[in-house]
Amino acid sequence: MSAATLQRGSIAPALLGLGTLLVFIVLVEMLIRVGVINRYIVPLPSQIVMSFGRLVTEEDIFGRFRLTFFEALSAGALIAVVGVAIGILLYRVNLLRLACETWIAALASAPTVLMYPLFLVIFGRSAATIIMMGFVAGLPPVILKTLEGLSQTRRVLINVGRSFKLGPMQMFIKILFPAALPTIFVGLRLGLIFTLINVVGIEFLIQFGGLGQLINDLSERYDLPGTYGAICFVILVSVLFFITMERVERWLRPAE
Amino acid sequence: MVEAGRITQGAVLQARAQPVTQVRVAIILVILVGWELLAQSGLLYRDVVPSLGKIGMAVVTLLSDRDYYWNLGVTAAEIAAGLAIGGISGLLVGIVLGGSRLLGRAFEPYIYYLGPTPKIIFFPVMIMWFGVGSGSKIAMGVISCFFPIALSVAAGMRQIDKVLIRVGRSFRANAWQMVMKIYLPAMRHPVINGVRLGLGVALIGTLLAETRLSNQGIGFLIYQAYTLFDMPRMYAMLIVLFVIAIGANAIVGWLGGLHTLQRN
Repeated sequence: MSAATLQRGSIAPALLGLGTLLVFIVLVEMLIRVGVINRYIVPLPSQIVMSFGRLVTEEDIFGRFRLTFFEALSAGALIAVVGVAIGILLYRVNLLRLACETWIAALASAPTVLMYPLFLVIFGRSAATIIMMGFVAGLPPVILKTLEGLSQTRRVLINVGRSFKLGPMQMFIKILFPAALPTIFVGLRLGLIFTLINVVGIEFLIQFGGLGQLINDLSERYDLPGTYGAICFVILVSVLFFITMERVERWLRPAE
Repeated sequence: MVEAGRITQGAVLQARAQPVTQVRVAIILVILVGWELLAQSGLLYRDVVPSLGKIGMAVVTLLSDRDYYWNLGVTAAEIAAGLAIGGISGLLVGIVLGGSRLLGRAFEPYIYYLGPTPKIIFFPVMIMWFGVGSGSKIAMGVISCFFPIALSVAAGMRQIDKVLIRVGRSFRANAWQMVMKIYLPAMRHPVINGVRLGLGVALIGTLLAETRLSNQGIGFLIYQAYTLFDMPRMYAMLIVLFVIAIGANAIVGWLGGLHTLQRN
C-alpha cells in the first residue's frame, strides 16, 4: 500500500487506528498500576509524557536534535553530490556500468553498518565517523536510481533535444537531468532514510553526538521514563522526516 | 537456422562480456595495488591499512579457527530464531491487514512509518525486557524483520487474483486451508522478497546488538578485534561476513524464484 493510498479514504480507519493506540496506552497504564507489568521494566505512559519537559530543559533534546540533523545533513549532501556524480559517470561510460552495477547492488544489500569499528579506528570517536557511516549506507541507492532515471529518459525527449541540435552539456542540463530528477529523488529519499538510521544508530553505538547518545546516556542512568521518552522523540522525528520526503517526492513526480 | 541464430547470439554476448570482465579485473587490480601501496607507504597509522598478505593470513587463520565457527553458530541461531518469530508474526499481521480493507487502512500506516526507524535505539529496552544474553539479540532480530515482512505480505495479499480466492471459498476451504492452499502459494514472490529484506535487517539488528553488549557471536568478535586493535582479524571477519550476507541474500532470492521473476 503506497503512502498516498494510506492517506486517502474516509476518516473511520484513521479513528480506529488512533483509538486502538490510545486504548492500548491506557491498558498498559492500568496493568502497570495494578502490578501486572513490572514498573521497573516498563514505566507508566503518563511518566513518559511527563518526562518530555525534563528532556527539553535538562537534557537539551533540541540541541542534540540539531547535532544529529547536522550530521545527517552533511552525510546527505555527500551522498547527493558523490552518488549523482557516480551515477552520471556510469551512465556515460556503458562498459563501466556493465562492470559495476551488480557490485553496487550487492553493496546495497551488504551489512555495511558493521564496519563502524573500522571507521572508529580510521576517523576516531568523532562526528566524522558518524557522517562517513551515514555516507556509506546511503550511497548505493542514489547511484542506482540516478543511473535508472537517466537510462529511462523517454526517447522522444532526447529526439527533441537532437532536433534542436543541443550539445552534450545542453542535452544533459535541459533534457536528461530534468527528466531523471523524480527518479533521482526516489534514490535520494531512500539514501537519506538509510543515512538517518545509521547516523542515530552509530551515535548510540559509539556514545557520541546527538539523539542516539542521549538514549544511551539515559538508559545507563536507568532513567526509564527518559529513555522511553527519548525513543518516542526519535521515532517522531523519523516519521516526520519520512512524511516530508514523501511529500517532496510526490511534488517532483510528473503527473500521469 | 535457429541453431545458427543461437550461436551468433552467444558469440555476441561472449564478445560483449569479455571487455566487461577485463574492466572488472582491472578495477580489482587497481584497488588491490592501491591498498598495498597505501599499506606500505606508512601514510596512515600502522596496521590501520594492513598489507594484503596479513589480511589473507588472517582470513585463513579465521576460517581454521573452531572458536569462530562456534560464535558463527551462536549468531546464526539468534538470527534464525529472530527471523522465525518476526517472520511468522509478520506473516500473520500481513495476512490480516492485507485481507481487510478497514484494518489495513487503520493499522498499516503505523507499520509503514515505523518500519524505517532506527531499530538499534530499542536495544536498551530489549535488554531490560529480555536480559543481556541471546534473548535481547533475538528480540532485536524480531523487531528488525517484522516490519518489511508484514508490509510485503500485506501488499502481496492485495495482489492475489480474486478468482483464486473465490475458488477457495467455493470449495468451502477453512481459514487455515485458505492460507496454506491459496494465499501463500499465490503470493510466494512478495513473501520471499519480504523474507529476503527481513533477513538482511535481522542480520544487521542482531549483529549490531552483539557489538554493543555481548560475550558471544560474530558481532562480539568484531568488536573484540577493535578493542584489541587486531586490524587484520577485523578485516578478515568483515570480508567473511559480507560474503556470507550477500550469499544468503542471493540464495533466499534464488530459492524463491526471484531470478526468474526479474528475467520475465
